[in-house]
Amino acid sequence: MVKGAESCVPLSEVATSNTHGEDSPYFAGWKAYDEDPYDAASNPAGVIQMGLAENQVSFDLLEKYLDQHPGASGWGCGISGFRENALFQDYHGLQTFRQEMATFMEQIREGRAKFDPERIVLTAGATAANELLTFILADPGDCLLIPTPYYPGFDRDLRWRTGVRIIPVHCSSSNGFQVTLQALEDAYVKAEGMKIRVRGLLLTNPSNPLGTAIARHVLEEVLDFVTQKDIHLISDEIYSGSVFSSDEFVSVAEIVEARGYEDCDRVHIVYSLSKDLGLPGFRVGAIYSYNDRVVTAARRMSSFTLVSSQTQRMLASMLADRGFTENYLKTNRERLKNRRDFITEGLKNAGIECLPGNAGLFCWMNLAPLLEEPTREGELRLWSLIVHEAKLNISPGSSCHCSEAGWFRVCFANMSQQTLEVALRRIKDFMKNMKAKQEK
Amino acid sequence: MSPTPSKKSADADAAAAAATATQARSSATGLGGGGGGAGMRLIVPLQGVVQGRGGLVLGTLIPCALFYFLQFYLRRNRSPPPTSPQPPAANGPDLPGIVRSSSRNFLSARGSSGHAAVSSRAASIARSGDSPYFVGTKKCSEDPYHPVDNPDGVIQLGLAENRLSLDLIGDWLARNVTNTLLDERQGGLSISGLATYQPFDGLVELKMAVAEFMGQVMQGSVSFDPSQIIMTAGATPAIEILSFCLADAGNAFLVPSPYYPGYDRNIRWRAGIELIPVPCRSTDNFGLSIPALERAYNQAKMRGVKVRAVLFSNPSNPVGNLLHRETLRDLLDFVTEKGIHVIADEVFAGSTHGTEDFVSMAEVLNTDEFDRSRVHIVYGLSKDLSVPGFRIGLIYSFNEHVIAAASKLARFSSVSVPTQHLLISMLNDTKFITQYIKTNRERLRVMYALLVNGLKQLGVESVKSSGGFYCWTDMSKFMKSYSEKGELELWKEMLNVAKIHLTPGTACHCIEPGWFRLCFTTLTEKDVPVVLERIKRVVDNH
Repeated sequence: MVKGAESCVPLSEVATSNTHGEDSPYFAGWKAYDEDPYDAASNPAGVIQMGLAENQVSFDLLEKYLDQHPGASGWGCGISGFRENALFQDYHGLQTFRQEMATFMEQIREGRAKFDPERIVLTAGATAANELLTFILADPGDCLLIPTPYYPGFDRDLRWRTGVRIIPVHCSSSNGFQVTLQALEDAYVKAEGMKIRVRGLLLTNPSNPLGTAIARHVLEEVLDFVTQKDIHLISDEIYSGSVFSSDEFVSVAEIVEARGYEDCDRVHIVYSLSKDLGLPGFRVGAIYSYNDRVVTAARRMSSFTLVSSQTQRMLASMLADRGFTENYLKTNRERLKNRRDFITEGLKNAGIECLPGNAGLFCWMNLAPLLEEPTREGELRLWSLIVHEAKLNISPGSSCHCSEAGWFRVCFANMSQQTLEVALRRIKDFMKNMKAKQEK
Repeated sequence: MSPTPSKKSADADAAAAAATATQARSSATGLGGGGGGAGMRLIVPLQGVVQGRGGLVLGTLIPCALFYFLQFYLRRNRSPPPTSPQPPAANGPDLPGIVRSSSRNFLSARGSSGHAAVSSRAASIARSGDSPYFVGTKKCSEDPYHPVDNPDGVIQLGLAENRLSLDLIGDWLARNVTNTLLDERQGGLSISGLATYQPFDGLVELKMAVAEFMGQVMQGSVSFDPSQIIMTAGATPAIEILSFCLADAGNAFLVPSPYYPGYDRNIRWRAGIELIPVPCRSTDNFGLSIPALERAYNQAKMRGVKVRAVLFSNPSNPVGNLLHRETLRDLLDFVTEKGIHVIADEVFAGSTHGTEDFVSMAEVLNTDEFDRSRVHIVYGLSKDLSVPGFRIGLIYSFNEHVIAAASKLARFSSVSVPTQHLLISMLNDTKFITQYIKTNRERLRVMYALLVNGLKQLGVESVKSSGGFYCWTDMSKFMKSYSEKGELELWKEMLNVAKIHLTPGTACHCIEPGWFRLCFTTLTEKDVPVVLERIKRVVDNH
């Protein structure tokens, strides 16, 4: 392989730009982890990964299922099933699988919304779904409004190849970082001032990184806002099954139905099995759109990101097992809640406050009191200390575009209980040291 | 075995599918019609003049004049483009594929409801055209041939699926995947290895297994380095990702034509890269011509269009010929001289059935004379291993920057982990793989020969093909007029009278009318006489 000497054959803007966004601290922390990963036995002093929103708390349920249903991971009805499956590359997706996805989404919302399988377009993960929707709803140079703080990956996923921009809608801790009409208006006006066409608003509900489900009245306001501005609404609901009390989650689908499907052409939902079912490796995402043209375009465009037919088949039977899914959702929610309680308690003992939350795989913690200066630089200096001294990879709020310095996202579901305990001990020690330094 | 009824999967390859019925994946462009066509089609009624046999002046002036008059004539006779969008059907057959025109030509991106417009990219897709493929593939799914249940149904020869050797894969699975994916006895795959986030560009074990497989498939003449592989969910995203890496919107690739209709979608749609067809001629057996590439390059330059790469398939789709070592070297010289990239789409490398040996671009690079960083190969398991549903494709690049960028872009199109594990197992069973490759080739050879010889007896000649799933046949003598229109009429007749769906050459951007692509890999030996009898119906009418 040719290394070293720079080739004189030029590459594209896309290839050479850093719009992939992977130079941010969000990813630098991962590098620190990759180079020195914690292992209880072999590397107890290594970096503990708390920057990855992966759900490992309910693996055993999945294992048990696969163990008891060998057919699910195999070929179901045997060889004849295999043949059709191996050849199946239809971008409509397996009908049975779409059906099960729709039903699963209904289950999560406890029947408060209905989903039509014909409106589901499958993609290889929510990352692809978000990018696809952006390609479909916006042209290069246009923008999407996104409330801050938001998932750092959006900078890459929504902008890189699409050429679409993001204008943040600033939220503040004064009201728990909830989106306000004023903030929406401000962002919209800002875009107009920059002569950038706003094509849509993207909400993550429940929020990443906040770990909170969006209140109904806020959703109503948001829907009114997008209707008035005649723009799209993308509701990224990939954590909908990870709300600890299922009745605390309100999906935009419920509001659409409550309004009698009026003017719902502008509403699109993104879903995935990566978070709620803990299967990110399977690469299963979906777009649900109330807009026929978007469904058609998305379906065609999904050719670039189809879900393996083997995976679709496997999951179709898993999701069809209602006993399993009911139990999984219920147990998973409980375990996540317990984890969250455990970590917030531990953080509290260390003198750290978290934003009250009711969902997701992470907490939003406030280290502002520790900052030397309430700036992004101050925050990053603190972050660097945490990564290199406490050996914990957490995500700084600035990479989530938070307008207030000092907030950090801490994931709690991607590790064992034991590892979490180790992490909390380290945080406590770190806080002690910081206090001691401050007092000097 | 025959194509089974409506719930059949379709190959993106089928330009027909482009348009598509319920089951078809979207693919390339409609046959001419619909919207303002982006390039004008060059119809060649006077081959001799165009080929320059009339001397330099005649060779340029006359064709130019004729060109303009002919295009004027044809435009007047072409069916009018659709003026309003057809309402999309969420449940019914899908709309035709992209119309070949710049998105700027479309009037309104607003939905029929007048609310929240979609992008130009989406608007151009959602709008329908009058593509014949829609008609063709729809007919196939509405009235599918079955030897017993529906012997008069439509036979689909526009799908590039290989059913000839699926039984071998099925047998392997029956023997090896008897228990769950987590069976300790099978090498203990823990749930965390299966379910969690893994590198988006593919598991190292899969890259290693695939590198081995590629070496085997290309008959040991070259070995592949796993660290140069980026796995993607099929060859379709592999090509698109490469396009995003090698060129900017508005740039162009030179593509020898006829070419795979799917390139139009894969490269033009989102990456916004123009495809400049470089016509290959039947008199050269549709072989790649460096002078033609040179001409196309210069013409593009004069138009102010920046050519960034040459893209070609080898074995060729649709023609099925293999490029000689010398041609590959000449091509490398050409791209080196121009300072551009070359993309070799080698997805059919393992599906050779003729007497010639396949030479991979990688093999030619072995001699170390060339700057490798401009060379990129696309490969996948959909064709050679008959598992298109599993979505396993890859980019193999010699350019570390491309590898770096592509490995990040792979996140949008990554391969499902359980599927990767299944393939690792299968590919590591080298005894099985060796047997599979050998048997598959043999079956391809037999089926190809059956069909080609049968066609010959009907007076239908095919270009000699050494690889791939197709017969590239000359049916021009059965056309009423030697034109795109004549070809389209013949295509319709094949569909309606012979009840056979073929892929017409215009879908593949062939400049000589009358060529048709027939896929033989979905047929059983019993189907061949039926196919021939059907074709005879049309042939006999002329």
